[in-house]
This record gives sequence, structure tokens and C-alpha cells, in this order.
Amino acid sequence: MEILVCARRVPDTSENEIQLNGKGNDIERDDLVYSINEADNYAVEEALQIVAKSGGNVTVVTVGTDEDEEILRRELAMGANHGVLLSDDAFSGSDGKGIATVLKGFVQKGKYDLILTGVQAEDGGAQVGGMLAAMLDYPFASLVNSIEITDGRKLKVGREIEGGNKEMNEIDLPCVLSIQTGINEPRYVGMRGIRQAASLEVPTYGAADLGVDKASVGEAAAKVKCDDYFVPALGKGAEILQGTSEEIADKLIELMKAKGGLQ
Amino acid sequence: MEGMPVPAQAMFWGISLPVLVVLIQLLGLVCFSYIVARRVAPLVHGERDFRLDRPLLRLQKVVQFWLGQWKHPRYRVAGTLHLCIFAGFLILATRAFYLLIFGLSDDFAAAGAMGRVYDVVADYAATIVFLAVSAAAIRRVVFKPARYAVPERYGKGHPVDAIFLLALIALLMFSESLFEASRAAIQVQQEVTSEFLPVLSMGWVLKDILGSASLSTLWKLHLGAYLVDVLTFYFLLCYRPFGIQFHVETSLFNVYFAKLDRGTVKPVRWGVSDQQLDQVKSFGVKTFEDFTWKHMLDFYSCADCGRCSDNCPANAVGRPLSPRFLSIKARDYAFQHYPVFGSSGNGQTLIGNVYSEDEVWSCTTCGACEEECPLLIEYIDKIVDLRRGMVDDGNVPKSIQKALKALESRGNPYGKLEKKKADWTKDKEFQQTCNVSVLNGDGAAETLYFVDSITSYDDRIQAIGKATARILTASGEKFGILGAAEKDSGHDVRRFGEEMLFQALRDHNTDAIKESGVQRIVTSDPHAYNALKHDYKDLPPVEHISQVIARQVKSGKLKLNHVENGNNVYAYHDPCYLGRHNQIYDDPRDVLDAIPGLKRVEMSRCRDRSFCCGGGGLMLFYEPQENERMGVKRVQMAVEAGANVIVTACPFCMVNIEDAIKVSGMEGKMAAIDLAELVDRHIVRQSPHAAEKENELLTHASA
Repeated sequence: MEILVCARRVPDTSENEIQLNGKGNDIERDDLVYSINEADNYAVEEALQIVAKSGGNVTVVTVGTDEDEEILRRELAMGANHGVLLSDDAFSGSDGKGIATVLKGFVQKGKYDLILTGVQAEDGGAQVGGMLAAMLDYPFASLVNSIEITDGRKLKVGREIEGGNKEMNEIDLPCVLSIQTGINEPRYVGMRGIRQAASLEVPTYGAADLGVDKASVGEAAAKVKCDDYFVPALGKGAEILQGTSEEIADKLIELMKAKGGLQ
Repeated sequence: MEGMPVPAQAMFWGISLPVLVVLIQLLGLVCFSYIVARRVAPLVHGERDFRLDRPLLRLQKVVQFWLGQWKHPRYRVAGTLHLCIFAGFLILATRAFYLLIFGLSDDFAAAGAMGRVYDVVADYAATIVFLAVSAAAIRRVVFKPARYAVPERYGKGHPVDAIFLLALIALLMFSESLFEASRAAIQVQQEVTSEFLPVLSMGWVLKDILGSASLSTLWKLHLGAYLVDVLTFYFLLCYRPFGIQFHVETSLFNVYFAKLDRGTVKPVRWGVSDQQLDQVKSFGVKTFEDFTWKHMLDFYSCADCGRCSDNCPANAVGRPLSPRFLSIKARDYAFQHYPVFGSSGNGQTLIGNVYSEDEVWSCTTCGACEEECPLLIEYIDKIVDLRRGMVDDGNVPKSIQKALKALESRGNPYGKLEKKKADWTKDKEFQQTCNVSVLNGDGAAETLYFVDSITSYDDRIQAIGKATARILTASGEKFGILGAAEKDSGHDVRRFGEEMLFQALRDHNTDAIKESGVQRIVTSDPHAYNALKHDYKDLPPVEHISQVIARQVKSGKLKLNHVENGNNVYAYHDPCYLGRHNQIYDDPRDVLDAIPGLKRVEMSRCRDRSFCCGGGGLMLFYEPQENERMGVKRVQMAVEAGANVIVTACPFCMVNIEDAIKVSGMEGKMAAIDLAELVDRHIVRQSPHAAEKENELLTHASA
């Protein structure tokens, strides 16, 4: 099975102290460390596991700049067969639809049975997967937390329903799936793998290579624009209990009794 | 001596005894050679391991640990029994040759006075060995010491092996003595000068018992005993390579080739430099054949005595790790896949088949097992090699992956910003008493305080950093820190199997240290100390703060006040990487004893038998399966010793022990303090104003 995973490089929330910039429309990006979007990493792991079982290749693609190449190399170190960077000045400032347009151009250059995206980017809005599927006229399943390969050109995919239930869907290939974190346990990528992947070739394609109309992507074509970015003011409703452990426990029991949680 | 029957003239099944014995000997030796050759087969497939250097040091180890049985008395009863059996074996080995040759020749005998003295010694040796193996068997069957038990999850043990072996040795001793006794009895009946049998030896007892037997019975007994002795000897020889008894042959080699350097970790591949590592196809141990030949020899040498696991903290708290079974399971694998008869199979992955993932991650590398092993079997290097294999396959628990990723991008496992590494020095109150500068390579400071991640970033542990800085200041040291240029020492990155990340951290720090132009390094973290001392190369000399304090107290540069609270009873907890791995036991104790009025007790497990608090470095990120925390056990030990303050000298011990005090509800009854913090509180300072400030600050920090 030929699998394409669409990935994205994001600031690593666990290793950064996120602060707003002076203008208040973005975060301060000096001193940030970046990594692959967590859900995308699960998608790559899932693709690798499928290929390990049923053969094929895994290609990881990202839309970005030269700096974004590092996540492709990390996924190559993880075991992906190819990494491709889609980069063009015309792409910068694209909204979700713009990114999906660029990806569509790349998908149509190759032949993929399965396209995976992360369920959403940590700094994004879970738009690209669905839009890409629609543009390609492929079936789409979102929030996937299990994939089972059935005979022929079909997959059985599961997703969790609010309340803890699980729904199983059958879906025709080729299709687009957006992958939930927790679907698997992504393997560790060590320093050794990253060093070895440093010498691998990562091709770059621009708008012309992909046959993408520059007017349909980028800042000019974006119909959704970031307007404001802020840390919400602390609301009411949360009460922080204070005191020694015993006092906190006593207050907690009192509160639970008062609200009917304890009889 | 006329008319005296001689075994050489006897006939068995129409074959004369000398011919029969030659046949048995030939058969025995051929079988033994074949079996040993088959046992050596996997060692040939094993990885390289350089163990031929420093022969004098190795011989010294042989004299101390093999011939001298140095570790055995650590277990009083079993050790004494083993000493008896071992010494008896050495003495009797000579006689075994004599008896065997005696079957061939009429007149071979140990001649002269020396020979007679030897005979007496040997007779007693046989008796003592017989009694010792009997006692050992009774101990195993009747008293059943707990450490021999085999928990269900490790499969079946080999209890019969031990008993059968003891029975064979007893039989060998008995037949030898019977041979001597029957000859003496015959000599008495024939009224020739009887050979002297030493009083109360087994032969002496048997001779009396046999006194009334007929001459023909004695003659049969005499020859029968001889034949049984020869058969038992060769059976035992060929039986030994099938179980724990093989250590009789392998122990000498195991001790000679033992690891010589404490605190170190073996290279990924012996003979492959760090620069060549990129060309190595696979890291670590994934299949049995990835073990080095010496590590395979370790598996053969394990006598299943259970001392390692008896001391293993992971085993004690119910983690799925028992060093004993690390060896036993691997030996079972070797016996099964490299059988004496039949073809060898190999290539099976160890993780998932022989060892579980949690088994391998459960080890804190505290070294208690290695300290105890009478045969000097290595465990930490094997654990690290297995982890290297798992890391290479991407098989790492998620919680540890996160920490490793942060180490890669930020140089510390917490993912904190590099530029905030020196923030602990900027606390206003602290700055009033102590000014810590970040080194810029201008040569102003002679000493580097290597702080490491936990002391730089952890709110609680920063107090140890501040205390250390104040002690260095009070000692008149010109020192500084690297600040943002210092990355994690990588000590536990290496021990968790991420060798390449460790090397990146090491190379970075090495450059930073060299650029700083310092002549000495001091650290308050035993893990950093061990890394800088053993894992790094070509650095200025490194000292742990406890060594510095001990020296300065001795020289009189640091003077300590009378103990603050005379009612406290202090127990010093040896951190693994200060004690066992670096043999620093006395300096911290000397420092404590230099505080006037301080009452100090020892826990039952102290010094080289110290009980790990739960492990440091990346172990803090691992979520083990266990019944209770190691730290909780350690706190109980301090209670049993009658202490109410645990003094340690390691930031990770502090985290683990303070947590343990909290979870076991001992707050207010037990406290933990770092040696540096305790000393800092007691330093006699010139300016009373500064001291006052400090005390205030310390009370605040420890609250």
C-alpha cells in the first residue's frame, strides 16, 4: 500500500514557554523549539505499521520552508521511505484551504492508496484533511483511532464517540483519514537515526512543479485570517482549595457532600 | 607390604582394572572435551570484548576473589560452607590425580614426610567437604533460605541441580574415604603396618566400622570404592557443564576476565571508536549473539546463589526484575539454542521472548547486584546493552521519550529554556549572601561548579545548589558556573541506552568546560560526578562537594558550629554513584562527624550495601510496575536504625526520599537533608549579619 502522510512542524508546547508577541497577533517565536505535530507523528507510526504488515511505502510531505525539513528527516529516521517538502514563496500565509490546495497538487502527481493527516495541528483548526478529501473527491473519515485492513480495496476504521463508545466504519480506498493521538505508540527516534537521515535526499517542489495556480494559495487567497491571539482571562467557576493536605481533603469531602456527590 | 592387594591386579568383567580405568578416563575426557567445545560455541558467535589488558591486576583479582573467596563471608553461613568446599576441592584436586594414577601403577605414592603431611590434610579436607555439602543440602532442603525461591514469573528454577550436585560431591568424598578406610582395615587384618588415618577423619571413622568385616568383603569394598570414585569423578566432570555446577570450571576465567573499571559503561562495540559508530549497523543487544563472549561466560558462571537479587532494590519492591534470572534465563536460552546434541539455532529477539521490556527498564543501575556477586558477574553493562538495542528499535516508554526529546532540543529532560539555567543564582536573597558568576573564559575562576539539570531547574533542589555555592564561597574558592552553556551531563542518557544523544551532550559540555579555562571541577550531583569522571575524557580533575568539604574541614578552612538540634539522630544514606560506583564512603561520614554534637547512626544497609532510593536521572521519568517505592523502604530502614534525619549527598536521593517521607505519612517524624545543606547551616561565618540572612533563607527553603 502506498501511503502519504501530511505532517506539520509546530512549536513544541511541552518544551517552550509560550508568550505573546508585542503586537498581540502571534506568539514570540525567538527561542522556540519545534517538533512534528504530535497527531501527525501518530499518523506516520500508523502508516509504518500498516506497511510493515502489508508492504508498500510511506511518504511524508509537509508544506513549509527549509526550516520545516527537520521534521521530514525525523520521520525518515523513524522509517518513512520518502520525505518531500512543498515550498514556494507563493504558499506563505495560506489558510487551511490553501494548504489543502497545495497538497492536492502533490497527491495528483503520485499514486497513493491512503492519505493520513493528524487529527489537527496543535496550532491549527483540523481543516486540511477534510478539505483535501473533498478536493480530491475521496472518502474521508476523521478522528480515526483504529485501522484494520480488510480484503481488497477497503479499510475498517474506528473512531471514538463522545461518551466512550466506539463506532466502526468501512471505507473505500483511496481515502483520507485524520488520525487521533493514542491510536498506537509511536516509536522513539534516536539521535543515531536522525544523524543517519541527515544525508538522505529530501526533494522540494514549488507551485510550478505541482501545477498549483499561485493565485489560489498564499496570503492573498486566504479567506480566513488570524485577527487576534491572547491568553483568555481567568474565569470563575474553578475553586482552588488551600491549606494542608488534611485540610484540603476535609474541604473536598465537605464540598462533595454539599453537592450530592457523596451520600 | 607383601600380600597386600593392589587395585592394579583386580579384574572387572574380564578386564583388568588399569585397562578399565584407562577406558573410563578416556571416555570421560572425550565426553568432557566435546561438551565444553559445544558450550564454547556461542561464545565464538558473541561480540568482541577486550579482556586481556592489565594481567597483573587481573591476577590480583583472581587471588582475592577466586582463591581468597573474598565476597563469600558477606553471607556468613552459606559463605563459610562454600569456603570449606572450595578449599577442600583445591586440596583434593591433587589427590584426585594420585588416586587415578594409582589405578595404573603399583608404586605411585606420595613419598616422604611431605607426602604424609599432605595425606593427613587431604583426609581432613575430604571429611570437611563431606560435612559441608551435607550441611548445604540440609540447608537447602530443610531451612530453604528465601533467596533460593523461584517466583512464578521467572519460570521454574533448578532446585534439583543443586541437591544432585551436592549428593555427587558427597559420594565422591565418601568413596575416597571408604577406599582409604578399607585398605587400612585390610592392612590391620593382615597385620601389616596400617597406613595412618588421621583421628576423626571420615576414613578413620569408617576404618573402625569396617574392623569386623571379612577380608573378602573389605577387598570388594576397597575395589568398589575405587571404581565408584573414578566413575563419580568423571560423571561429575561431564555433568557440570549442564547447570549451575559449571561455575567450578568457569569461575577462574570469569574472575580473571572480570570488569576492572568501576563506574564505567562498556562501549557500544569494543574496538569501534565513537567516530566509527555511524557505520555500526545495529546498536546494543537484540539477540543472544549480540552479547559479548564475556557476558555469555557470566551466564555460564552464575551459581544461582541469589545474592544479587537478595540485594536488588528493584526486586525488593516487586519490580519485574531479578538480576539472578537475567543470568539464569539467558543460560537456559543458551542451553536450549546451543545444545550439546543437535544443531544450534539462533537469531531470536530477546525482548518479548526471554526478557520483558519492563524488566530491562526497571534497573536503576545502582550496582548492588555486582557488588555482591562472588563471581564478579556484570549486570549494568548488559542492562545498558539491552536498552541500547531497544532504543535502536525505537522501543522506549513514552514518558522517557519525552524526556529524551527535551534533552535533544533543550539539553535538559524538563524542556526548560537554556537561558534560564542560571536563574537559581539570581534569587535576590541568595545574591545578597553569595554571588555566582557565569564563566566567560577569561580565566577569572579556577573552579567550575557543574550544576546539572535537576539542581538548576528543580525548585526544591536549587537549595542544594545554593548551599554548595555558599560552601565554595566560604572555602575561598574562585568558582563559577557555565549557565546556559551547560547541558545535562547525560549520565543517565547513556545508561538508558541513548548513546548518540549522550555523546552529543558530552561533546558539547566538554567544549564548554575547556573554553571556560578552569583547572578543577566540583559538582554536588553524584551522577554528574560519575559522568564527568568516567564517561568524559581529558577534563580537569573532578570532585564531589563532599570531598571538597571533607578536605576543607580537615585543613581547618571550614569550621563548623555545634549541631543546631542536639536531639536529632542522623543516618547517612550512601548514594549509589558516590558510594558503590566511586567508593566515596568515608568523606561524607567524616564531615558529619566533624559537626560537634551530631549524633549519627548507621542503617543496616549502608556503605557498599546501601539500598537505592529509586534511581536518578531519567529514572524519575519512568513509571515502574512496583508494589511500593524503593524510597519508602529506605525511609523504613532509617526508622529501624533509630534516625529521624536522613542525610544524603545526591539531588535524586533527595527527591525520592522526600517523596517517600510524604507518601508514607512520615512528615514531621522524618526529615531529609543534603550534606551540603547541613554543612551550609553549620559553617562558622565571619559576618553575623550574613549568617542570619542565610538561616532565614534556609528555614524558608526547607519549609
